[in-house]
Amino acid sequence: MSVVETGKPKAPLIYNPKVRGIAYQVLLCALIGFLVYGAVTNAMDNLARAKIASGFGFWEHTAGFDISQTLIEYATTSTYGRAFWVGLLNTLLVAGLGIVFATILGFIIGIARLSKNWLVAKVAAAYVELIRNLPLLLQLLFWYNAVLKALPELRESLLIPGGGFLNNRGLFLPQPTFKEGASAALIALLVGILASIAVRIWAKRRQMRTGQRAPVLWITLALVFALPLGVLVLSGVPVDFVYPEAGRFNIRGGIEVLPEFMALLFGLVIYTAAFIAEVVRAGILAVSKGQAEAAYALGLRPGPTLRLVVVPLAMRVIVPPLTSQYLNLTKNSSLAVAIGYPDLVQIFTGTVLNQTGQAVEVVVITMAVYLTISLVTSFLMNLYNRRVALVER
Amino acid sequence: MKRVVIRMALAAILGVAASAASAQTLNSVKSRGVVHCGANGTLAGFGLPDAQGRWTGLDVEFCRALAAAIFNDPSKVKFVPLTAKDRFTALQSGEVDVLARNTTWTSSRDTSLGLNFTAITYFDGQGFMVRKALKVNSALELNDAAVCVQQGTTTELNLADYFRANKMKLKTVTFATADEALKAYDSSRCDAYTTDASGLAGERLRLANTNDHIVLPEIISKEPLGPVVRHGDDQWFDIVKWTHYAMVTAEELGISKANVDDHMKSDNPDVKRLLGTEGKHGEALGLTNDWAYRIIKQVGNYGESFERNVGQGSALKIGRGLNGLWNKGGLQYAPPIR
Amino acid sequence: MSDTATLTDTELAYVQRSPIAPRRPPLAASGAIGWLRENLLSSVFNVVLTVVCALLIAWIVPPLLKFLVIDAVWDGASRADCLPTPERPEVGACWAFVIERLGFFTYGFYPIEERWRVDVFFALLALGVGWMAWLSAPRRDLGVIYFFIIMPVVSFVLLIGVPALGLPHVSTAQWGGVLVTIVVATVGIVVSLPLGILLALGRRSEMPVVRLFSVIFIEFVRGVPLITVLFMASVMLPLFVPDNWSPDKLVRALVGVALFASAYMAEVVRAGLQAIPKGQYEAAMAVGLGYWQTMRLIILPQALKVTIPNIVNTCIGLFKDTTLVFVVGIFDFLKTIEAARGDPQWATPVTSTTGYAFAAMFYFVFCYAMSRYARFVEAHVAAGERR
Repeated sequence: MSVVETGKPKAPLIYNPKVRGIAYQVLLCALIGFLVYGAVTNAMDNLARAKIASGFGFWEHTAGFDISQTLIEYATTSTYGRAFWVGLLNTLLVAGLGIVFATILGFIIGIARLSKNWLVAKVAAAYVELIRNLPLLLQLLFWYNAVLKALPELRESLLIPGGGFLNNRGLFLPQPTFKEGASAALIALLVGILASIAVRIWAKRRQMRTGQRAPVLWITLALVFALPLGVLVLSGVPVDFVYPEAGRFNIRGGIEVLPEFMALLFGLVIYTAAFIAEVVRAGILAVSKGQAEAAYALGLRPGPTLRLVVVPLAMRVIVPPLTSQYLNLTKNSSLAVAIGYPDLVQIFTGTVLNQTGQAVEVVVITMAVYLTISLVTSFLMNLYNRRVALVER
Repeated sequence: MKRVVIRMALAAILGVAASAASAQTLNSVKSRGVVHCGANGTLAGFGLPDAQGRWTGLDVEFCRALAAAIFNDPSKVKFVPLTAKDRFTALQSGEVDVLARNTTWTSSRDTSLGLNFTAITYFDGQGFMVRKALKVNSALELNDAAVCVQQGTTTELNLADYFRANKMKLKTVTFATADEALKAYDSSRCDAYTTDASGLAGERLRLANTNDHIVLPEIISKEPLGPVVRHGDDQWFDIVKWTHYAMVTAEELGISKANVDDHMKSDNPDVKRLLGTEGKHGEALGLTNDWAYRIIKQVGNYGESFERNVGQGSALKIGRGLNGLWNKGGLQYAPPIR
Repeated sequence: MSDTATLTDTELAYVQRSPIAPRRPPLAASGAIGWLRENLLSSVFNVVLTVVCALLIAWIVPPLLKFLVIDAVWDGASRADCLPTPERPEVGACWAFVIERLGFFTYGFYPIEERWRVDVFFALLALGVGWMAWLSAPRRDLGVIYFFIIMPVVSFVLLIGVPALGLPHVSTAQWGGVLVTIVVATVGIVVSLPLGILLALGRRSEMPVVRLFSVIFIEFVRGVPLITVLFMASVMLPLFVPDNWSPDKLVRALVGVALFASAYMAEVVRAGLQAIPKGQYEAAMAVGLGYWQTMRLIILPQALKVTIPNIVNTCIGLFKDTTLVFVVGIFDFLKTIEAARGDPQWATPVTSTTGYAFAAMFYFVFCYAMSRYARFVEAHVAAGERR
């Protein structure tokens, strides 16, 4: 009879997985520490030896350059910090509008791909295949250089009904300015929105109780659009339009939409919509057929079935990849640099970096901005996912 | 020791072998056998490779002169095409030994970028180009005009300053490269295109219909262009600076590529000191005493280089103007070699 | 029974004795018309959709064909051949321009007498890609070694040149066009796949530090645009390395692209790893395999097989993203198009569009082929699963 060992088996220490694991991790830490330390000391060395300025002092310095599109007040005497905000807002503007339009277009095309209409399905499929397989940069250059630059010149501008112009300098639209008395219409709008929400809640309750449906859509439209417009007309239309007018060189006044902006928005929307269409298609296909069949059995027509049964179920599958498409669109908006739209990357890592020469600070700030946007979005996404995730029973 | 390990680790990761370590630019240039010269790459008259990949231009010839002074062979230059954006980083990081890329000397660039401007090889100023059809005769009539400009340049800042100073409204359209800015102007995205006057002359030739465009008379800024080196290597700074002065001195003394050999027998003490037949001025620079002879023999004097690249011998046809010798109404003036 | 048997045929003429031949379906529900009704014209709304789509096609396709083929100029020597003239008021694509600049688009500034080296590189690459892509090719293990080790080394020597071997040095500043696009894409794929696998394993590792670093790297890179990564590689990297050596411009961009692609590859591989049932790990452990053996022999072969379609999709993304190196001043294929279209020698109203059309065809052919391949593999793998 052998002796029963009471202690642990005496394997050499290096065969102990725990010890090994710790050793590996220490090694990895040391290696990464080494690399980071090396990079940092080198950078410090290089910066100090070359007497390159460092730090964030430049934030308060006068920028001295002009920016073609500014959402907040900006002049050449503003600071680099101000220029940063101008760029960031321009990025957010194009990304925000892009997300809205790409979602609409993407849903239409995604649903069209599943259409029973052969022609519609094929056209949608061709769109998706073509757009997805071409680099976004090429598409942007195409829109900017081949399409928008080919618009008529200033003097032969296309007239848009209502006092607008379209030419290779951009799109010029009348700008409404509200005079005194317009606040009544604004209040009416707010009241309309609040009232329509109340009507919705009431209609839903009534439907639950009695099964009767109210024409919510029409009531909402009336409250949100007709009411403020009515008030506006009653108060004597206190709105002035500033119409764009041709000056010696340019069109002055009104709202100016830069061709760079249009090209970027076009490109981003068309490109991202192709990806969103695929996301939507996959989401709808993931809804089991029985759900739609059950809805038909209950007597719902195809439209309501799609709207009330299939899409809500599909959203669960669609939303996570949809968010990552939104993030992609936001990141892709940095391609603005190739066509001269003054977004964050163009202004900050373009002009500011060059004027200050402080590459490290500028690139770090830019990356931090995008990283923040990404992390905040994925955080919100996780919250949403937790809410809509199927509660398994 | 640790530093060495780090460097080796980084080198292994990036797959780039560390070159012979030396803070002395001249030594590393000599051991490498070639000067790394940051050049423009898209600007006719200053730095532009032709279809065969042969580089031409005033800045390019400056680098050739530098190679001639060091190696007695003007072809020992590797030209690195740089954009306005990455030029300073390329010099700071040691990717190039000298930056000869029509770069304007300003106080902030000289002080806060860790760089030194050596000499002024071309006195330039910023101008405007417009379409003839607009019937504009002066830059002061450009109120409210849209102007295409390259970003990250002094040009961009001067433009904003000029319009502000003259209380004119401005619409700038900025592009990352001069090429894109010019293309945008050509497709009439802008009313005017602005850059250094020398650049305008060259870029006008690249437009589809050259004769539809005119350069306005105003010069709105001082743009002294010259080669740049890194801080901290005075020997290399001297070599680059004196390469230019040697070319100017040669012109002043009437020594050209063609007649330099005749001047070797000259009794003129100035000529003798320049060509190294008297004194040890080359060795003081860390070169050989015939350094200037090599430059003149293989590249030529400043005037020759000027005429060949931007002057009457070129498509640009720019007059000497400010770039004439000091005794002929210009500003090119070289300190004496003695 | 017997009663009916005695009845004569004439008495019961209404009795059908043989089955009636099936009637043809109504004309409107069968054949081409039926198909049309079913698929295009089933309701008013559908009719409207069909008409709109037909109009859309009519609006896009014929002018496109007219521009690209019918009105196109196929030979010529300069812009004069592609300018509209009174006899030919409408000029289509100026293919003469593309044909004349084809060498530039393919090789950039690579010296003309050395261009055969680039051709050899393309051939080596085609061999490697074919070997990897053909799922039942002989000796795929050798193929992997060839693709990830031999081919990169040989190509590097070939393209850069070793004067000792009689291959003159060609600096990367002279590379351009398709060559650079392919080099960037290939390096991105060759580096990012192994690195991505390591990162994916790291992210699923049980060692917290390894996991932490992997997560930080992956999430950081995926959270920022490629452009900023490229900027970082091109302006910051030189500051991070010792001053006396600075990586080549192209190398810097390659580092940026490869790191960027690795993070995306890691997430794709991770998804594959997650699809492997836990039993596989446990079985591997039970037969006494160590971590690396488990991964190499059991887990990765299965995980990678189901991941191939997604890996290929990542490669498509990477291939499209190579265009961004143009922003840091590298002459890739798209940049050569941009440079050439601005050349006054070929300046015509149609030059830009022609250049972009050519670029679009190039990228589309490659990306579409890859996406078809991904779908083929998907079907192939799915067929294997069903058995």
